[in-house]
Amino acid sequence: MGEDLKLTRRSILAGAAATGAIVQAASAPAHAQAVMTKATAADIAKLPRIKPKLVDPPFVHAHEQIATGGPKVVEFTMTIHEKKIVLDDAGTETFAFTFNGTVPGPMMVVHEGDYVELTLINAETNELMHNIDFHSSTGALGGGALTEVNPGEKVVLRWKATRPGVFVYHCAPPGMVPWHVTAGMNGAITVLPRDGLKDHQGKPLKYDKAYYVGEQDFYVPRDENGKFKRYASPGEAHEDVAKAMRTLTPSHVVFNGKVGALTGKNALTAKVGETVLILHSQANRDTRPHLIGGHGDYVWATGKFRNPPERDLETWFIPGGCAGAALYTFLQPGIYAYVNHNLIEAFELGAAGHFKVEGEWNDDLMKQIVAPAGI
Amino acid sequence: MGTTLNLSLPRLTTSLGLLFMAGAAALLLSGPANHTAPALPMPQTAIVPPATLQHRLDGEYSRAGRPIDAPRVTVRLRQPLEIMRYQVTAADFARCIGAGACKRLDHTAARGDLPVTGVSHVDAIDYANWLSRETGAVWRLPSDAEWAQAAGSRFTDDARGLDGSETNPALRWLADYEREANRKAASDPAPLPIGSFGANEHGVHDIAGNVWEWTQTCLRRVTQDATGRTTGETSNCGIYVVEGQHRAPMSFFIRNPKAGGCSVATPPDNLGFRLVREPNWRDRLRRLLSA
Repeated sequence: MGEDLKLTRRSILAGAAATGAIVQAASAPAHAQAVMTKATAADIAKLPRIKPKLVDPPFVHAHEQIATGGPKVVEFTMTIHEKKIVLDDAGTETFAFTFNGTVPGPMMVVHEGDYVELTLINAETNELMHNIDFHSSTGALGGGALTEVNPGEKVVLRWKATRPGVFVYHCAPPGMVPWHVTAGMNGAITVLPRDGLKDHQGKPLKYDKAYYVGEQDFYVPRDENGKFKRYASPGEAHEDVAKAMRTLTPSHVVFNGKVGALTGKNALTAKVGETVLILHSQANRDTRPHLIGGHGDYVWATGKFRNPPERDLETWFIPGGCAGAALYTFLQPGIYAYVNHNLIEAFELGAAGHFKVEGEWNDDLMKQIVAPAGI
Repeated sequence: MGTTLNLSLPRLTTSLGLLFMAGAAALLLSGPANHTAPALPMPQTAIVPPATLQHRLDGEYSRAGRPIDAPRVTVRLRQPLEIMRYQVTAADFARCIGAGACKRLDHTAARGDLPVTGVSHVDAIDYANWLSRETGAVWRLPSDAEWAQAAGSRFTDDARGLDGSETNPALRWLADYEREANRKAASDPAPLPIGSFGANEHGVHDIAGNVWEWTQTCLRRVTQDATGRTTGETSNCGIYVVEGQHRAPMSFFIRNPKAGGCSVATPPDNLGFRLVREPNWRDRLRRLLSA
């Protein structure tokens, strides 16, 4: 694996497309073979099973960074809830469609070669049919065609995690995909390499904690006076919301379901010297994360771990329908803003969170030589 | 006869004094009748007695190049302060808009008895000027110290307890952040009808509720040397002190505060105001007589 990456890097430096192709041809099959080898039903039945307990974002359930043992079947259960949520301090409401009750849905973590076995429950109290499309899975519209569940039904889907990376999952019901996705019905799954994350030279990278930031654009309709409208049910809101969506102008762009969800008492925390993995998804719209006062030490902007990470980034671009990963070791204490660096989206529409970092100040990195004073 | 004509000097002054006092009393009593009826009822006010406050001064202080808490000093407010019992309401402000003297707001309040919010310093000044014309009295924003006088026991000393000896500037940022995060978590930002937060010991309602109030005090920056001697002071009148559960500096044109730019502070929930009434000659006279 380390060797592959070295070759890949050399090929990038050489800049020759042909070399790149040879490297890919030489390395991909050898690497992919084990994962891609078809297992029989009997083989899978023999695999050990684990059932991690999902937690609400921005937290990520306990997991191994380096897998011990061979592939497993990793079981998850998610219940879909349609619910009214409040988007901002002004009390603006919208109907959210949620995986497991949160916007975004919970982060799942498995390893390459594992099988994900999801039980998806559509709560009886819901009004609509839902399903799930895993960008990390292969076939059947990402599983969407095999997971359509009506209120009061459940379905179980198994798929094999063949590609390491962080990937979006979202609801994709026929004819209503953007409505469901922009109602918050999306989340992400991380498929770690079995031997963990690696830097551009193939050396292992570890993190002390991982946070999951799910960015969401909302399109809340306004009345003739410009006030946000309220509705008695999702169905009643649908036509107006569809019109608002077609403007492509979101009323809110937020992290984790609400303006300020990752600030104040809910700010993310770290200590000087700690390495944090920030997993960031945007299921619908482009975003450009930036850590004010910090950097991305190692960044997989498009989130796929077989590509070497970029280093020392100021801002990274995550296209809509994608999840990215950034690794950063905090070097100074203080309050950091983690934002979508379209600053209008960050500060006018809500796409901003905070890191609260404790530790010793490093005068060498920065020092105020003359405090502000009259000239 | 002779005796009555033969007025001694002391008696003359006493008589003149009595005459003056009688005249003054008559003027005081007849005062309101001398004016045409004002278009507006006078706002309800409270009279806050003169006070000596242990007051944390406004402004940003640094000592030997490091930020410190502003000094807490004795401030003597020798005059009673006449200040609105309630914050200016949405209905009050709508009258000023209706008269063409105040600019339209971005959002109209759901009910008239809510404090007006979403107002800038400019809006507050427009309203004060209009109210002064309408009532024939002089209305203005309070200063920082006057606001503290009116707030009484509801004034918050927002010192961080840092003395400038720290070599880690982040301690202050973290302390500020923590304090404001706690405040934010404890309060609902939706404005409530006037009176909802109750009155303080001076009969001033809703002070330090969830609507911050503009003052006429400009943001100051004071530098001190290591001994605490003031070596410089600058004042920025594009930025004013707003008062509430904590002080915040606010640009004059801001109507809806939010955490902006690289600032990660928790902003005030809402911006509104109340006004003080300048004592006129009649008030001064009344005070003189009662003294």
